[in-house]
Amino acid sequence: MSKEVDTGYDYQVPLITGNQTFSTITDKISSIVESKTTKEWALLFGLASSLMMVMLGSIGYLIWEGIGIWGVNNPVGWGWAIVNFVFWVGIGHAGTLISAVLFLFRQKWRTSINRFAEAMTIFAVICALVFPGIHIGRVWAVYYFFPIPNQMDMWPNFRSPLLWDFFAVGTYFTVSLLFWYTGLIPDLATLRDRAKNSLRKKVLAIFALGWRGGNKQWKHYELAYLLLAGLSTPLVLSVHSVVSTDFATSVIPGWHTTIFPPYFVAGAIFSGFAMVMTLALIARRVYHLEHILTLTHLENMNKIILTTGMMVGYAYSMEFFIAWYSGNPYESFIFVERAFGQYAWAYWTMITCNVFIPQIFWSRKMRRSIPVMFVISIFVNIGMWFERFVIIVSSLAQDFLPSSWDYFSPTVWDVALMVGSFGLFFTLFLLFIRHLPMVAMAEIKGVLPQANPHHAHEGETH
Amino acid sequence: MEKQKKAVAVLAEFKDPADLLHAAEKVNEAGYKAYDCHSPFPIHGMDDAMGEKRSPLGWIVGTVAFIAFLGMMAFQGWTSAIDYPLILSGKPLFSYQTFGVASWAVMVLTSAITAVVVMLGLNGLPRLHHPLFYSDNFGKFSDDGFFVSIEAKDPLFHSEKTQQFLESIGGKNIELLEE
Repeated sequence: MSKEVDTGYDYQVPLITGNQTFSTITDKISSIVESKTTKEWALLFGLASSLMMVMLGSIGYLIWEGIGIWGVNNPVGWGWAIVNFVFWVGIGHAGTLISAVLFLFRQKWRTSINRFAEAMTIFAVICALVFPGIHIGRVWAVYYFFPIPNQMDMWPNFRSPLLWDFFAVGTYFTVSLLFWYTGLIPDLATLRDRAKNSLRKKVLAIFALGWRGGNKQWKHYELAYLLLAGLSTPLVLSVHSVVSTDFATSVIPGWHTTIFPPYFVAGAIFSGFAMVMTLALIARRVYHLEHILTLTHLENMNKIILTTGMMVGYAYSMEFFIAWYSGNPYESFIFVERAFGQYAWAYWTMITCNVFIPQIFWSRKMRRSIPVMFVISIFVNIGMWFERFVIIVSSLAQDFLPSSWDYFSPTVWDVALMVGSFGLFFTLFLLFIRHLPMVAMAEIKGVLPQANPHHAHEGETH
Repeated sequence: MEKQKKAVAVLAEFKDPADLLHAAEKVNEAGYKAYDCHSPFPIHGMDDAMGEKRSPLGWIVGTVAFIAFLGMMAFQGWTSAIDYPLILSGKPLFSYQTFGVASWAVMVLTSAITAVVVMLGLNGLPRLHHPLFYSDNFGKFSDDGFFVSIEAKDPLFHSEKTQQFLESIGGKNIELLEE
């Protein structure tokens, strides 16, 4: 790594604007964490944690009463719980893409957004993991998932995609957490060295693990970071591919297609970037991060949203083509029903939000307009939730036997859990931006022009 | 003739990444081994300047990954085909294709844990107490300070001569850290 010629320092447009020095970066980011709690934060936190309580209450009632409190029926045995699970897992993927894939491709603009995109990944996966856990009905039997010797002398069925899911998402969560914490170590040391209060210093010192920033430490640290990026990169592709096999390996028309893994991955990145955008725009505004999170960063993200949105649009049309081309009457029926049947309202909501609206980003002016990108990011979030709803519910509602066809309607508990999961997500996110540096300071400093050891000499000739 | 305090390290501050890089080259040329260059972010070219070898972490993680993958394949094969054979939708008992997914997941999981744990181990972390923290100035390393530290365990270390040497190569705010 050290021997390669690095040209990443030279930009026609500077990555970080406002003539920053190392210490202005430290001050800017650390002061967010070190300043007093604002009223706005307290208000938002109160709102988010109240919603989280709604979720916890609903889970309590669910465990008491059973999954009959949901709108699930026969044949729609998978309702909003699985929709929410797939939605939240998908959200996480943008964080991994930003932290791992863009790192391997040496995209230095990622340094401004990677920390909170990674945090978003972890919190989204926490929200996701709640749903399969409670969906099994008998929550106390959840240990059946784990391949541990038990009193029944039974092992899990490793040939089932539902078990692959358990391994894939569990690994995803742990690896994301490790990656995030590893990135945090140098920044926690910064907060430690700035701490005035002795208790605060001690707590930060423990979490910073005694980091001293010596090159003999950076050497191993950088390789560990590279390895974690290398290990996380295939996870961007594998996790949602495995999630999609929950559907694709079944024989349900509308699920049983080979396009599912890449289609799900593109959708995951699409929805995840939209969520990063929503959160980033709010954080940027509230904490005045305009110099660190510049319009160039936002425009780059909008380009990714446009690209992945069109990949998703391609997948929607390819599904229809294959349904017709396969000559399978059940497959064709389901797709015609999707677009024009009882769930047509959901289908066209999805198409409008995911395919039509992001096309606005073809215009450079729109890509660089904060209000436009904020509204579009919300639309994409809504559209991607509907995508999972359409895939799961519309395929199940009309199965092979017309006498068992039914329509799925959510109950108040479905709504409470879905809205509550946003409460859990925002509670965790607000705690994060209040207590941890939301921008990777050490990495930002590394992409400043003066971080280049040859910069000083060039500077002298000016 | 007992000394009250024992010198443990000498610390010198440098202006910017370029100065630190040149200082590292000179400290390395002078033959010191137990020294380090502290900076808020990794500096490109520093490994060469310090004569550092590449970290062995990749080989360690690679070995663990290999063992974890094969181990998980074997475990799934044993549970599915030997300890609890169960015929499901006519699939072979040893369905290596389907075992690949969990094996892959476990491989990534163990590799990531190994990468972090071994990285910390190689760095001697967590270590909350270190003589460098005696310096009030050293805390700047995590903001915008660039430091060279030479530890007393180095055979070339001499509490005065090492200080003079660091001064001669452009070090400022030179401190002798004692305990």
